[in-house]
Parts: sequence; structure tokens; C-alpha cells
Amino acid sequence: MDLFEHQGKELFARYGLPVPTGEVAYSPDDAVAAAQRLGVPVVVKAQVHTGGRGKAGGVKLAADLDAVRSHASGILGLDISGHIVRRLWMEQASDIAEEYYASFTLDRSARKHLGMLSAEGGVDIETVAALDPDAIARIHIDPVDGLTQPACRQWVRAARIPGSAADAVADVLVTLYGAYVDADADLVEVNPLIVTSGGDVVLLDSKVTLDANSTFRHDDYAQYEATQTRDEREQAAHSKRLQYVGLDGSVGVIANGAGLAMSTVDVVNQVGGSPANFLDIGGGANAEVMAGALEVINNDPAVRAILINIFGGITRGEEIAAGIIEATRRVDIDSPIVIRLDGTNAAEGRELLEPHLGGALMMEPTMLDAARRAVELAGAAGGQVQP
Amino acid sequence: MSIFVDENTRVVYQGLTGSQGRYYGLLNRDYGTKVVAGTNPRKAGTDVDGVPIFATVAEAAEATGATASCVFIPAPGVRGAVLEAAEAQMELVVVITEGVPAHDEAFLFNKLRRDHPTVRLLGPNCPGIITPGQCNIGITAGHIAKPGGPVGIVSRSGTLTYQALYELQQQGIGVTTCVGIGGDPVPGTSFIDCLAAFEADPETRAVMMIGEIGGSAEEEAAEFIAEHMTKPVAAYIAGVTAPPGKKMGHAGAIVSGGKGTAAAKMEALAAAGARVGQNPTEAGDLMVEIVAGL
Repeated sequence: MDLFEHQGKELFARYGLPVPTGEVAYSPDDAVAAAQRLGVPVVVKAQVHTGGRGKAGGVKLAADLDAVRSHASGILGLDISGHIVRRLWMEQASDIAEEYYASFTLDRSARKHLGMLSAEGGVDIETVAALDPDAIARIHIDPVDGLTQPACRQWVRAARIPGSAADAVADVLVTLYGAYVDADADLVEVNPLIVTSGGDVVLLDSKVTLDANSTFRHDDYAQYEATQTRDEREQAAHSKRLQYVGLDGSVGVIANGAGLAMSTVDVVNQVGGSPANFLDIGGGANAEVMAGALEVINNDPAVRAILINIFGGITRGEEIAAGIIEATRRVDIDSPIVIRLDGTNAAEGRELLEPHLGGALMMEPTMLDAARRAVELAGAAGGQVQP
Repeated sequence: MSIFVDENTRVVYQGLTGSQGRYYGLLNRDYGTKVVAGTNPRKAGTDVDGVPIFATVAEAAEATGATASCVFIPAPGVRGAVLEAAEAQMELVVVITEGVPAHDEAFLFNKLRRDHPTVRLLGPNCPGIITPGQCNIGITAGHIAKPGGPVGIVSRSGTLTYQALYELQQQGIGVTTCVGIGGDPVPGTSFIDCLAAFEADPETRAVMMIGEIGGSAEEEAAEFIAEHMTKPVAAYIAGVTAPPGKKMGHAGAIVSGGKGTAAAKMEALAAAGARVGQNPTEAGDLMVEIVAGL
């Protein structure tokens, strides 16, 4: 789950981390009212789940209330890499003396947490990594030990953080690591982490991604779930608890198991088609789940043909077949459906499907054959004049 | 021969009294697995279809000689369940449960390596392990696997593993052991652990490896294959056309920052001498060719 900058900062504040005071605004009026309470100058910041806001004109300093109104009007509705700005974060302007970069994430390869720290903050960290890799100090943290004070101080020295700020920065980083672990974050990134001319350390930006698997121990994460950026199709699938990723093509894909679903998407591409989605209905395939999946696919106007690719393991073929038949009865499907059914009791399942074949429902013996057929059908449908 | 489990493996099921645990635990027993105990602190002294329930893994091991555990406990309890099994000195802990937080996985991996180095954790979020004809721990459909070798299978994906087992069975090819390592960010057992075990197992003469996008486990496996494997490897990687930044079902399956692409993994494996199929069927055909040439 990706957090907006302000949600990340609110999360940081709960751990006692120093963040600027600010307020959320949804309209220019809101923004002006917030600025009156905060006191100008304020920074008007677009809240979107993507980077590059600054370059896109999504972050502006406003010296007075007129500027607040005009910047807020300009930024709301802005399209930043496909993300439309719907909310703003209004924040007291900070007096920046130094800008650093800090992040924590899981290094899957090392199977430890990875901290990255650089005295060259405020710019794109990938650029720093490319131009001067030595400017980034890395530390691997064993999750059993955590980030100890001595290890953190050594890391801060390695990052060439000036001595005057070093201890304060180290203290903040130890707390930030604690927040990263306690909040079950996949990533916390602060760029820039600043030192003010008064010598205070402040987290001036936040990029936080939380592990959706951890919601059982974080009752308050439902609020973040509600603000995820999803297209309509993804939202519909999500509410049915289906694993769905929207793609751009015309062949709707339904498969059981993440690996097989991914593989099906690949094969559709390999035979010259283009998949409309990735959809994993998970283990078992009862009529309820299959009907839900067909509904989601059917509501996607780009879909011209549907490919159902099922491999029965523990779930038997006849149960899967019954699920498909029942689902097609419940949902009025606009596109032709090609089924590949294999695995346990596949023969029995195919026998059950047999009387329903012909017309819009068809079956192919292998995954490749089924993909070819579906791609053909999608192509043919694409050639027709659409009402 | 086989790797990690055989006909002598005695298994305790943590969560045998739950619906999933009971269903798969008893299926595993029907297959021939020595399902000797279950645990549930509130139901100690009872039984599940004749399988005795103990309060703890340690008590179950003491009473039944169990050396492996299979965890069907819901995600919030997995951290505690794995530590309990490790403290009871289980040689193998298989975690089927999905949805375990990545921080728990990272903690468990490092905790076990430090304090319980003899314990092998498999999973979480994996289909389990099967040595056909001898021992099936987890949710793999046992009857789609032909016993006897010469092929060992290691996979990050459940259904693709079943697909591979089934295709080999259709071709009359047997399997020594099939290990599902799971699709999560920090699996307890890696491709390399399994490749090394297959390399050392005299009955395994070829290995089928099924990977997917995300992370660098396949690239690390490729390095291992190049340096240490004398046995032929056929490989398949799912997610060739996956868009960056999107999790494809599994928590670990994501292309991010240009890293973890299927193309890079396939290239690394091919460079290491593995034969790489473009889809599961092609990978199966390659394995048929390999076995014919053994």
C-alpha cells in the first residue's frame, strides 16, 4: 500500500519523528484557510502516488494568500504521470541548510534490511547512484539485532554527514528504522532529510509503502487501503478479493494460481495477442468465484475474448467445469470464452462442458492452442463495427 | 533417494485442528505420509481422525518422534509457530500459510540461521514438498506425480509446479522430489539450497527449475548452476510480459526499478548452461529431451 506524503508524515509523527506542521486541502478555499492557520509562507504540495512532482509543477512555495489560491488552483487537477491531483498538502515552509537522503527497505538478496544514506539529498537518488555511487552509504541490518546506536553512528560517518549534524541525524535514523519495522513498511524513504539553519533535523518529504499482509496487526491501515490508486476494473476485482492487474489488451485472462496466470499472460503475448488483465482466482474454482471473475472481465469494454486457463490440482476437473457452467448461467457474457482445462479429472470436466460447447463457449486441449484461439477471436471481434 | 523428505519422515501438523490443516493433513496421510501428530494448546489430548493432538510441538516430538512440521496456522501466528517448531528441533518446517508479513519472514530467516542452523524452513506461502510415493507434505495433488526419478523439481509457483509434474507424468517421467519454495520475498529455502541438494542426490539426474519475476533468486541460482551443477537443468520463468511496478499475485513477483525482469533471469540461466523454455510446455518438452539423452 502506497501512502501519500502527508500520510507518511503523519505516520512518522506518531513515532515522535520531526516533520513540518501541515494540513490536507481538497480545494483552493481549503488551501487558503489552511494557509491562514499555518501562516505564510507555505508550500503547496500535490499528493500523488508517483515521483517527479517537483518537475511536473506539483510543488510550489506561496509567499502570500493570493499565491496560495493560484498555486492550489493550478496544482489541483494536474496530471502527473497519469495521476490526477485531487488533494494537496499545505505545509509551513522550512529553512533548509543541508539536504540529505535516507531510506530503509528489504534487501531480498541479502535477506536483511538495507539502509541507504547520502549527504547529497534533495535530488533523484538514482542520479546520485549513477554519478557518484560512493556518495551513498549502505548498511545491512539484521532484523534480529535491529539498528544499534553505534552501528548507526558509523553509518552516518560513512555517508559524510558533517560532524555538527551527525549525532542528531543518527538519533533520527534509529527512530526512523524503528518506525519502518513497527509499521511493517516495505519502504520508507526521506528525500530530503534536512538540517535547518538552527540545527534541527526535519523529515521534509516521505515516501512510505506498507506491507498489505500486515494489516492484521495494524487496525488503522484500512484508511490507507481506501486511498490506493486503482483503475475501475482493479477496484471491482479488489472488492471481490480477486488478484487482478489491469493491462491494455483485448484478451481477458482467468487462471488459477499466480504463476499460471502470469504464464497465461505471457503465452497470449507470445502468440501475437495482447492480454487485458492478469487474474488469479486462487486455489479451487467454485461457481461463486468464477462468476465474480467473469463479471469483472466482462465489464472491461476492451475485452473481445476470454481465456480461462485452469489446472486442477487438488480441485477436481468436474468441480471446475460445474463452476464455469454455473458462472456462465449467472453472468451474461458478451465475449466468446475459450477454456483450457487440464489436471486432475480433466476428462470428467471436459465431458461435463461438452454439451455447452458451440456458440460462445469453446474448449482447446492445451494452453497454447487455447491462447491462439482466444487471440484469433479477439482479433476477429476487433474487426467488427462496434455499436 | 530424494531430498529433504522420504518414507521415514514423521510429520507433526501445527494447525491440524483447523479446516485447512485437517483437510490437507488427512489427504497427506492418505497419500502415505507419516502424519504422526497435530498441535493445538486448547485441544491437547483429543485427536483428528485418530491423529493425536498435543499442546506443543516439543511434546508431540517427544511422544511421536516427529522430525518435521507442517504449518497451517493463520498468518498472525506463523512467526510464533515457526519459532516453536525450531525450538523443538524440527529438521524441516514447511509453512503453507500465505499472507505472512515480509518483516516476519526476514526475522525468521535470520533468527533460524543464527540460533537454529540445523532447521530448514520451507516457505511461507508454498505448496510444500513431495517425494512421490513416499511423503507429501502440503497441498500438492499427490497423484499427479510419478515416483522414482530421474527429475528433481524446484519452483516458486504452485500451479506451474503441478503443471510440470503433470506434464512429466504424461510423458512417463518420474520425479525424485518436488520442492515448492513459495513466491514470497524471503523464502526460508532458496533455489540454490534445492539445486545443491539435487546435485548431491544420486537418484536425481536432471533438474527442472520454475522461477518468476521479482528479486534476484533466479540470477543467483544461475551463478550456482554455472559453478557447481554437473546435472542438466531445464528452466522456465513466468512473467516475461509483466508490467513494471505491479505485483503479479505473489508478494515477491514484481519488476521494480528495472530489476527482476524475466528476460534478465532467462538470459542468466541460459548463459549458465540451463535450457530455457519460453512457456511451460516448451520447458516440459526440453526436459523430455534431456531425460531421453541421459
